[in-house]
Amino acid sequence: MRNLGPILTVVAVIVGLWYIACVPMNVQEVLTNAERAGEVVQPEGASTRRDMSRIGLAFSNSDLLGESWSTDRARLPSPHQVVAELWSSTWDEEVNGRRGIVNSGTLSNRSLIYHGWITLGATVVGFLIGSGLGILLAVGIVHSRTMDMSVMPWAIVSQTIPIVALAPMIIVVLYSIGVEGLLPKAVISAYLSFFPVVVGMVKGLRSPDAMQLDLLQTYNASRSQTFWMLRLPSSVPYLFASLKIGIAASLVGAIVGELPVQRGGLGARMLGGSYYGQTEQIWAALFFAAAIAAVLVWFIGWVERRTMKLMGAEA
Amino acid sequence: MVLLALVVWLVAWALNSWLANGPMRTTVLARTVVPLVFGLTILIIWELLVRGLSVPLVILPPPSKILSTLMANSHILWPDFIQTFAKGALSGYLIGCGLAILTAIVVDRYDFLRRGLLPVGNFLAALPIVGTAPILVMWFGFDWQSKAAVVVVMVFFPMLVNTVAGLRDTSQMQRDLMRTYGAGYWQTLRKLRLPAALPFMFNGFKIATTLALIGAIVAEFFGSPTLGMGFRITTSVGQLAMDLVWSVIVVAAITGTAFYGAVAWIEKRLTFWHPSHRK
Repeated sequence: MRNLGPILTVVAVIVGLWYIACVPMNVQEVLTNAERAGEVVQPEGASTRRDMSRIGLAFSNSDLLGESWSTDRARLPSPHQVVAELWSSTWDEEVNGRRGIVNSGTLSNRSLIYHGWITLGATVVGFLIGSGLGILLAVGIVHSRTMDMSVMPWAIVSQTIPIVALAPMIIVVLYSIGVEGLLPKAVISAYLSFFPVVVGMVKGLRSPDAMQLDLLQTYNASRSQTFWMLRLPSSVPYLFASLKIGIAASLVGAIVGELPVQRGGLGARMLGGSYYGQTEQIWAALFFAAAIAAVLVWFIGWVERRTMKLMGAEA
Repeated sequence: MVLLALVVWLVAWALNSWLANGPMRTTVLARTVVPLVFGLTILIIWELLVRGLSVPLVILPPPSKILSTLMANSHILWPDFIQTFAKGALSGYLIGCGLAILTAIVVDRYDFLRRGLLPVGNFLAALPIVGTAPILVMWFGFDWQSKAAVVVVMVFFPMLVNTVAGLRDTSQMQRDLMRTYGAGYWQTLRKLRLPAALPFMFNGFKIATTLALIGAIVAEFFGSPTLGMGFRITTSVGQLAMDLVWSVIVVAAITGTAFYGAVAWIEKRLTFWHPSHRK
């Protein structure tokens, strides 16, 4: 916790910069509103101000900027507006809202918890499919030289390809053969988490050195014994490192997968927000997605620590 | 046709097994031929299965059709490529990496910043940064500037974390040697620590190539002028012109691989001294 002080300082500085940035970012809308309310703005008329520098405008009308941190649909909503939106679209909506879980028994379709739950479901299912297949393929690659030489170069090349470009097409194609809902998004998530796991796991299964492999050979261990007793345990650290990358990629996949079909989820929420200019909604969805990512990565790290402890590693 | 596909698969697999386990197993020839045979086999089987089972064009077009569409529409795809890669991804990549390196040098100089900014940067690097795309598109408009901005944000943190880690990768002995030469901070930085950081930085550069293309394409899903690879994908999906979508994906794949390859080539030229590149 020695780093807590510096971290808090950096976060505080970022929040401070954010508040300052709100002034020039929102100055146009703020001055237009002030003019409508009867204040005298330098220079007059929203159309003459449109092409002027925002910072200059902020300085020449410095007494009218009180609204900078509270305008609706601001270009840059201030941190407390985002926090308020987070609160009202999670706790407030569920507990006090007409459609919330307390009053109706189901999650409200206007709350971030509902949308986050949809995204989380697709992420986790996709991650499990992708990493499961990835581990299987890695085992195959380590044990078959043919597979190694045929598949491995392609697995590496495929990591350099912007796979998300496939997302809208996968959704539409699966829809046209009658698959919809969670599964198409999960397929994209699985695809994104697949290759990091393959590459990491192959590295891990190959990590025992020749000496250790020779030792098992002198014990007359069979291939499966070597696999279960040496290769698999020594691949665990590599596996968890790539699982962390994989689950973050899965979340991105699920969010991108929600863009073409507007049926709920954080991606749909972001796109909806950008269509209707609801910036607080985008920011709140973004922070919610960030929180989910952080929890997922933390959870993998927690499982990793537990596993390493059970395997007898130093904490 | 399905049977033929099966036969092709078995023959190719047998050929690859023989190449991989036979007398030529370690030659360079085998190393290049085996993956190529595998890739070709996949393409041939794809073609045969799609034609044999008469899969509708909407679900999966055969590779030959994709290739002919690619050739026929190159006059559309080339401006798309320029818009997305050259204007969006590449400019964002250069700005983002440059900013990250400068920030890293500042961060490295002050221990307080390193301890505070690095955990925050690590945290942000793992986040779904594509989520900033709708906001940045709103700020910078629909043209390539907003795509470049998304790329800058996506590339920045992985690059920052890697460069900071790299700048710390010198031993006390090496730094002491520079001291005895009477080198100042900047000389040490330029002659010792930046070169020593290069392997780490190239790690970041390579991760960033993929992120840059992803960022540029995804940002176009949120709004773009009427050209660009992301735009072409969304509109062609809407028209169910899957062969055109696949051609765009082929272009994206080639671009991604070539970009990565170019960075890897520069890495090989610049960090020839590093153990992982020695023969």
